[in-house]
Amino acid sequence: MRVASVDAAALAVGLRPGMPLADARAQVGNVIVVPHDPVLDQDWLDRLAQGCARYTPLVALDAPDGLILDIAGAVHLFGGEAGLVADIEMRLARLDITLRHALGPTADAARALARYQTRPAPDEAQAIRRLPVAALELEAEATTALVRAGLKTIGDLASRPMANIAARFGADAATALHRILGDAPSPLDPRIAPPPVIAERRFAEPLGSTVHATKILAELVGEAIEDLRKRGKGGRHFRATFFRSDGLARAIAIETGHPTRDTSLVMRLFAERMDSLRDPLDPGFGFDMIRLAVPRLETLGASQLRLEGGAVREAEADELVDRLTVRLGRGRVRRLRPADTHIPEQAQLELPAIEAPAPQPWQGPEPGEPPTRPFHLFDPPQPIEVIAEVPDGPPHHFRWRRATHAVRRYEGPERIAAEWWRRRDNGGLTRDYYRVEDAQGRRFWLFRHGLYDEKPDPRWYIHGVFA
Amino acid sequence: MRESSYPLAGLRQRIARIAASDGAESRPAEGWLASGHARFDEALGGGLATGRTHEFFAADALDATSAAAFAALIALRTPGKAPLIWLRPADAGKRGGHIYAPGIAELGGDPDRLLLVETADPKMLLACANDAIRCAGSAAVIVESWGKFPLLDLTAGRRLALGARDAGTTLLMLRLNALPAPSVAETRWAVAAAASRALEANAPGAPAFDLELLRWRGGPAGARWRLDWNHDEKCFGPTPEEATLSGAFLPSPARRAMASHGAEAA
Repeated sequence: MRVASVDAAALAVGLRPGMPLADARAQVGNVIVVPHDPVLDQDWLDRLAQGCARYTPLVALDAPDGLILDIAGAVHLFGGEAGLVADIEMRLARLDITLRHALGPTADAARALARYQTRPAPDEAQAIRRLPVAALELEAEATTALVRAGLKTIGDLASRPMANIAARFGADAATALHRILGDAPSPLDPRIAPPPVIAERRFAEPLGSTVHATKILAELVGEAIEDLRKRGKGGRHFRATFFRSDGLARAIAIETGHPTRDTSLVMRLFAERMDSLRDPLDPGFGFDMIRLAVPRLETLGASQLRLEGGAVREAEADELVDRLTVRLGRGRVRRLRPADTHIPEQAQLELPAIEAPAPQPWQGPEPGEPPTRPFHLFDPPQPIEVIAEVPDGPPHHFRWRRATHAVRRYEGPERIAAEWWRRRDNGGLTRDYYRVEDAQGRRFWLFRHGLYDEKPDPRWYIHGVFA
Repeated sequence: MRESSYPLAGLRQRIARIAASDGAESRPAEGWLASGHARFDEALGGGLATGRTHEFFAADALDATSAAAFAALIALRTPGKAPLIWLRPADAGKRGGHIYAPGIAELGGDPDRLLLVETADPKMLLACANDAIRCAGSAAVIVESWGKFPLLDLTAGRRLALGARDAGTTLLMLRLNALPAPSVAETRWAVAAAASRALEANAPGAPAFDLELLRWRGGPAGARWRLDWNHDEKCFGPTPEEATLSGAFLPSPARRAMASHGAEAA
């Protein structure tokens, strides 16, 4: 077991990340150890990134402990770079987070300055040139080789011909150097792609009430929809983000099955969503900004109602789907679609109605024949006890849910083999299906799981009930 | 005294209006969900009235499939693509089985019309039912419940019935594993599976239903029917006895023979 990271106090007494835990315990008597959970760390960083979306929509994660903000064009809102940094420092201090920050001409330069700057410098270019070569984050061997060659800072390296560096230390070293110096672009991978339509409002005084926040949200929806109308688009996905003054943010999203420009519909869905939240929207010390984003647009022409009201009726069913999906969750409002397999329990897909693909044809009935598939299907099949006249034969009696059923009529077996071409273990056992009717006239779908030459004592199951 | 007579007259008028609107339940229905079985539809004046509430009870959990299938088939018989909204509790799949679209397709229904809504608890079921019935343009709304449903008291039932009437939606309540209780439904049925007519080699035949009319607002109750579902004609056909009497309906083994004969001739 090794130490993944340490806090300032531990650093002061000489503990370092990467040292064995036993050594750390030997060095300091009362070490508080918390198991390392990278997923939680990532989650926390993600939440901080969401909170930082208040400064700029372009926020990238620099895992495990960094955030890169593209603040081009966003600085004036905070009274210059110093104001922006002060704001970030103030908010993170409230969350007890130690911050190391730097501003740079490119993302890589800013990142290197924040992580590796040790000596003060008169200006930005000088500061970059004074960074140690470790800032290039090459492999350990390459870094050691650079230091041994006497190239200790970025400045030393930059003064040499680039071709020599590439030849000696690899193309990676040359690229990294170009990026830090700002000669090559360092692309940013934003955590959230900037949505095409945004409406936002900032408040000088934090907003303490959810009711007022909802009213502001309605105004923002109106603005966003006006924007959508100008573009000839409709929104399929709306996301409201409430930024709290302590730096955290809460996002609430709704989805519609069809593109929409209906303010009242969107607000109804938002109200529905907020009512069904398990932990309600908490203003805390107040919201100081609300943003509405429409990340997903689709073309929506000007609407026209049909004379006989057909369009209205279809729209009503779609709206019901939207409303119930928002209230219950997308997995709970479903449509059925066929799947191309003959394994009965896999032959239908239950897909969220809000994004179900276009209907595909189902296998229709055979004229004159009774249905061969049940109306209700048990998944997983339920075990039953069966008495058959001959081992290989149809059931004579069966016991299910503590009741015995005498089989009066039967048809079968319908043999369904496992999908041996899909699975390595030949896909499992063959099933022999029987349609049976009991003395009360109820029709069941039973199967024996395995042939007698596949398995010594195959089990019986009930898989469905016919109408 | 003339002054006070005006409000009095107004009140009388309001009472008359309320009485009239209450009596509107007895106004003729706008349409019917017909079964296709001539005598059944005739006895009910056309079938199950649309815009009303109909209850289907399956006293035994084993008859749940019959009740569900009867409600689904009579709704899916209607031509067109109007959706059939089906609300179920989350544990219904475990108790009675998942609704199986290939089976519905083999019965001649169109599974693409189904919109399944799964709710976590009875309270949510009722709330979603209230929303679903207000959605005009559905073929029907099926609300499935298992066991006792204490939340569905007379008030809640009446609210549902009024909502359905205003929107013109037909509400089919599936009360599975439950005993019939007073309600405001237009008709109340007990549904059970009936023994099917055997095919060749004693194979189970077409779906058969045993229906008992427990209550009907528009007439006498107590009638019993045995209906066979004929998926070729998409109707509840007459029983074999009636068919052999009238000769209108050939039993399917005979059809099979004719079909194969025709194939040979061709």
